[in-house]
Amino acid sequence: MKSALRLAVVLLALVLAGTLMAAILELPGANQSLPAAVAAHMAVSGVEHPVTAVLLNFRGYDTLLEVAVLLLALLGIGAAVHAGSETEDGGAEGDPVLAALARLLTPLLILAAGYLLWAGAHRPGGAFQAAAVLAGAAVLLHLSGQMPAWSSPGLLLRLGLAGGLLIFLALAAGLLGQGALLRYPPEYAGALILLIEASLTISLGLILAGLFLMLAGRRGGA
Amino acid sequence: MTSGLVFALAGVLLFVLGLGGVVMLSHALRRILAFNLMGSGAFLVLVGLAQRDGGVDPVPQAMVLTGIVVAVAATALALALVRRLHGAHRDD
Repeated sequence: MKSALRLAVVLLALVLAGTLMAAILELPGANQSLPAAVAAHMAVSGVEHPVTAVLLNFRGYDTLLEVAVLLLALLGIGAAVHAGSETEDGGAEGDPVLAALARLLTPLLILAAGYLLWAGAHRPGGAFQAAAVLAGAAVLLHLSGQMPAWSSPGLLLRLGLAGGLLIFLALAAGLLGQGALLRYPPEYAGALILLIEASLTISLGLILAGLFLMLAGRRGGA
Repeated sequence: MTSGLVFALAGVLLFVLGLGGVVMLSHALRRILAFNLMGSGAFLVLVGLAQRDGGVDPVPQAMVLTGIVVAVAATALALALVRRLHGAHRDD
């Protein structure tokens, strides 16, 4: 009975794969060229890299909502973790080689994050990549026993977590006078995007690190 | 057949593989992994389809970048819930 069920699922999956592939092969070409539209507006975007221009200028509201979703996920994790019983854990006792390596690597990782943030304006890079590197540094520090898990974030940490979204929201509200959500005046676009990216880097780095460090607070799940 | 189209077709395979996993696997952790596989397949379809004519399209790339970050957050939330569930079961 069970193997028959499995066979049925596999057969259905194969049919679905065939159908989807046929649909992709049949798909007509796009009737308007988005790359051309992006290229035509690069001059007013304030940055030189098309992906960054799309992320933070042409479709900035997507990024705004994305940061909100990330913060929401972190709040959810905080709720799920806090609802359980509390056992404090001040980080693992690390081995000394790992601890020394983490101490060496952390400044370099912060430097790399700064470079990625700056590079986002004209080549692949940007706030999310920089934030991922920062979060990696925080996780490394925790794993080597030099940073405690976040059992209950203090006011400063909370401000840091929410700051990126708040600055982004404040800018979006302040720019509503331009007639559309997150339409930057072209002469300030570069500076505004850099401000948003810098604040997002710090907040997203903290949030991504929090996704790990809030879960790491209590070993074994109980 | 351009390389973009090959990516899109591979994305379909990944998506269906993940879907099969979500349906058939019983362990929650494996289901989360399978669900992530579905997401990766969808991202590959988006990026692959957009560059099947050879050119690179920054719009789907930015959307997929957004999607990847959201997927990370959703996975972390799912893991937190699974851990909580696991702990609740063990307390019984």
